[in-house]
Amino acid sequence: MIFVLSAGLAYTAEESNLQSGRNEETFAPGKFIMEHIGDSHEWHIATVGNTNISIPLPVILYSKVTGLHLFSSGNFNHGLQVYHHFEIIKEGKNQGKIMEHLADGSSDLPLDLSITKDVMAIFISLILLVWIFLSVAASYTRNKLVPPKGLQSLVEPVIIFVRDDIALPSIGKKRYMHYLPFLLSIFFFILLNNLMGLIPIFPGGANVTGNIAVTLVLAIITFLITTFSGNRSYWTHVVNAPGVPWWLKIPVPLMPVVEIIGLFTKPFVLMVRLFANISAGHIIALGFFSLIFIFAKMNIFAGYGISLLSVTFTVFMCFLELLVAFIQAYVFTLLSALYFGMATEEHH
Amino acid sequence: MELVTPGIGLLFWMLLSFSIVVFILGKFAWKPILNALKEREESIRNELGSAENAREEMKKLQADNEKILLEARIERDKLLKEAREAKEQIIAEAKVRATEEAGKLIGIARQNIENEKASAITEIKNIAANLSLDIAEKILRKELAGDEEQKKYVESLLKEINLN
Repeated sequence: MIFVLSAGLAYTAEESNLQSGRNEETFAPGKFIMEHIGDSHEWHIATVGNTNISIPLPVILYSKVTGLHLFSSGNFNHGLQVYHHFEIIKEGKNQGKIMEHLADGSSDLPLDLSITKDVMAIFISLILLVWIFLSVAASYTRNKLVPPKGLQSLVEPVIIFVRDDIALPSIGKKRYMHYLPFLLSIFFFILLNNLMGLIPIFPGGANVTGNIAVTLVLAIITFLITTFSGNRSYWTHVVNAPGVPWWLKIPVPLMPVVEIIGLFTKPFVLMVRLFANISAGHIIALGFFSLIFIFAKMNIFAGYGISLLSVTFTVFMCFLELLVAFIQAYVFTLLSALYFGMATEEHH
Repeated sequence: MELVTPGIGLLFWMLLSFSIVVFILGKFAWKPILNALKEREESIRNELGSAENAREEMKKLQADNEKILLEARIERDKLLKEAREAKEQIIAEAKVRATEEAGKLIGIARQNIENEKASAITEIKNIAANLSLDIAEKILRKELAGDEEQKKYVESLLKEINLN
């Protein structure tokens, strides 16, 4: 961790080749947008002229043939150089991934456990979360009966909101306290990353909650908790739903099949909703910026003109995204709480 | 397609770090925070409850005071009424008794007067009888000496008698 941080602090500014993907002459909005919302092995800060300023991140690879490798992504020189026998793929289906050229002339994709930009952003946000809430917890234990102050008064209404308006009504008085720690964790994790994603520059700017791997992990945890806390009536409902005509169950178990598919669609929808909402917001904002360059290529004054419009729209989008950041954190937490509530509900 | 294909490395790090953080926060942040919140809410609820109780008590006390005051007022009125009644009764009784007494006294006085009068009359009668006897005796004694003499004598006698 310390190594990563110290490496991160040393910005590297290097001359990049003119055949760079961000070359003005070959401006491709699709590629530009995907690069910004996707993951990367380095944390790109800015490109001044032909100089890329970015934070190099550690690359961790496990190859079946050559074993474990650990080196800085600065060695790739922004993806332009081959380091030892590793190379960042520039085109095609696996673009952005690291390829290994093996001794026998073939190439393979090694297992990539690198601390990429999104992993780094996750670490930063988690450290922030731990720091914020441990200090808040400390001030709670220090003076218990005193009104909240500072950071405490900022997070307390949100904690109470999650407790009283999400967990309590969804899960019920008896069990909501069991699930509250997880619900609070995902709420603040999603919220913090949504907000940090709106900051255009380091340590923000990474599209964490708009990355499907992140939302997948969150959804899987929700799914696992739901599945393992499901009680008898929950599973009865899945296998043999009450109040459904028998011919929907025998001889073709139509309802059970639908219910079992439903078990998986719920977390799947959770995953897609958060990913799509956050990514879409970033894509739209970046699309507005792309407009500037597209118009500028036709005529420089058209570019200046459209920039006014683009900035106006982007500002509007930012406010919208601010709202979406809260709404999506709320929706994800609320639906998770509802699923927990469904799994533990007792039928009379 | 890359956008919707979860990266293995990211999955791994996310799962690992997020689980650790959920564990840490659950143990060292959420638990004390939620406990403190609950404690504070309970203490506030208790405080409010006791304030409410105090207010109730106050109200009850005030009601009691008023009741006592009212009772005292009623008691006072009753006492006053009783006193007034007693006074009137005493006066009435006294009046009756005084009248009776006066009547009795007057009766006795009248009786005495009657008695005195009767005895006075008897005495007068006796005196008159004695006088008449005396006079008659003297007249009888003088009668023999002449008319003129007789007259003079009666007159002197009458002068002597002096009806007192």
